[in-house]
Amino acid sequence: MCGIVGLLVKTPALREKLGELMVPMLIGMTERGPDSAGLAVFGNPLAENERKISVYSGLTEDGADFNWLGLGHALKEHLGVQVSVEPKGNHAILSFDVAPAIVKRWIAEHHPKLHILSTGRSIDLYKDIGTPAEVAARYGFAGLTGSHLVGHTRMATESAVTPDRAHPFTAGEDFCLVHNGSLSNPNGIRRMLEPRGIRFETDNDTEAACRFLEWRLREGDDLETALQKGFEELDGFFTFLMGTPDKLALIRDPFACKPAVVAETDEYVAIASEFRSLAHLPGIKHATVFEPAPEEMYVWNA
Amino acid sequence: MERLTFDLATTPLRELNTFLHNDAKAGKTSQVTVLNPDGAHNIAVGLDCPIAVDVVGHAGYYAGGMNKSATVTITGSAGTGVGENMMSGKVHVKGFASNGAGASAHGGLLVIEGDAGLRCGISLKGGDIVVGGSVGSFSAFMAQAGRMVICGNAGDALGDSLYEAVLYVKGSVKSLGADAQYEPMSEADIAAVASLLDQAGLDHDPKSFKRIASKRSLYHWNADANQEY
Repeated sequence: MCGIVGLLVKTPALREKLGELMVPMLIGMTERGPDSAGLAVFGNPLAENERKISVYSGLTEDGADFNWLGLGHALKEHLGVQVSVEPKGNHAILSFDVAPAIVKRWIAEHHPKLHILSTGRSIDLYKDIGTPAEVAARYGFAGLTGSHLVGHTRMATESAVTPDRAHPFTAGEDFCLVHNGSLSNPNGIRRMLEPRGIRFETDNDTEAACRFLEWRLREGDDLETALQKGFEELDGFFTFLMGTPDKLALIRDPFACKPAVVAETDEYVAIASEFRSLAHLPGIKHATVFEPAPEEMYVWNA
Repeated sequence: MERLTFDLATTPLRELNTFLHNDAKAGKTSQVTVLNPDGAHNIAVGLDCPIAVDVVGHAGYYAGGMNKSATVTITGSAGTGVGENMMSGKVHVKGFASNGAGASAHGGLLVIEGDAGLRCGISLKGGDIVVGGSVGSFSAFMAQAGRMVICGNAGDALGDSLYEAVLYVKGSVKSLGADAQYEPMSEADIAAVASLLDQAGLDHDPKSFKRIASKRSLYHWNADANQEY
């Protein structure tokens, strides 16, 4: 069992309240996923030539005391790259104006225990082990702003409880996915993708779905086409919620084994595994509430 | 008798259910209103007396489950397994219901005015289900006894491995399950549909429904079937 939540705000004023509205949604899914939590938030994109990465230091010896500013200085010294660093305990967002592969390669060589959570122009990603309330407090989720986000609370069933196996998963740039369910053919997907040069970081089934869909998008599929190929190739139980810089997308497996409820008003679209995560939202009593159908695509534009 | 109100925004669910199991059964009231259900699980489960419980809002999983004698009304939607294993009485959902609605109900009436999700009436054992909207795939799977009236459409594999439950559908059926077949509507069928629609408060022409029941070809193991059914 796991919980998923998603929120897309339609009015500029609500962008400032995105995190505040979402935290009770995430905490509402604690019973479905008490062991880890995470979220990806999409905001105004950086300039074309700029990139940011979300980095996690919880697996290093220094943990939350990791010297992030020192990392920024080292990157400048060794690569000549001006890096802006926004640290939050065991997490930091690094922004720069070179190809992200250069920075990520240097980090992998010099700080192999740092974990890159996301890369892109719009996405910031946070995930860690702990209850949703603990993780939300750790990173100040209530203060997050942006146009849309996807979140997850995890009750691990098929791989260990570790920060890197928490959701959301990312692949490529500005794409993330959260999953409630379990896939039955993740290893087949891996065997198909790995010879194409796609590298996996964990043994988690969700990572296979994430890398498969991102690969399709990179090959030129639009989101709907990629999701259709997902229905054809991914076997098992899933409710997937995905984020791109301008879209939030939801699909459920043909047996609808894992739940989802949507509430929509003029001001927002909110998605959760269960209604109890939506009950606190403003205007919920007059929202259009519905259960997304199995094997249908739901795509909302930010 | 006085109507009692439980606001689940301020009162723990357990207090409500304890009241319904003990005080209500002792005759303290015959009408209870539940406010701010907010998707909580197990609202008004296991009731065992003729009380009316009105849930104002959206209920979570198993609302009105194992109901006996009571009338549970939900003004919003219901989560997975509403009215599951009901014995008697009535569970009435004004909105939509998620998967497994009325699963294995032995008796009573489940009314869903909106759509029902997948596996509605799975393993039905004698209860009646009336759905104002459509039902998802695998509904009435292995249903043994009871009746289902579906005013909208049905998804895939309706009535798969059906036993003696009878299904009435007004709209289209995406596909019938193994061993389910259409049968002619008799006068008794039309009267049964009319009565169930009346009890549900839904207005449809009973003659516009089709009857689906078991072919009974799966009742006995056929060694010559070579796994082809």
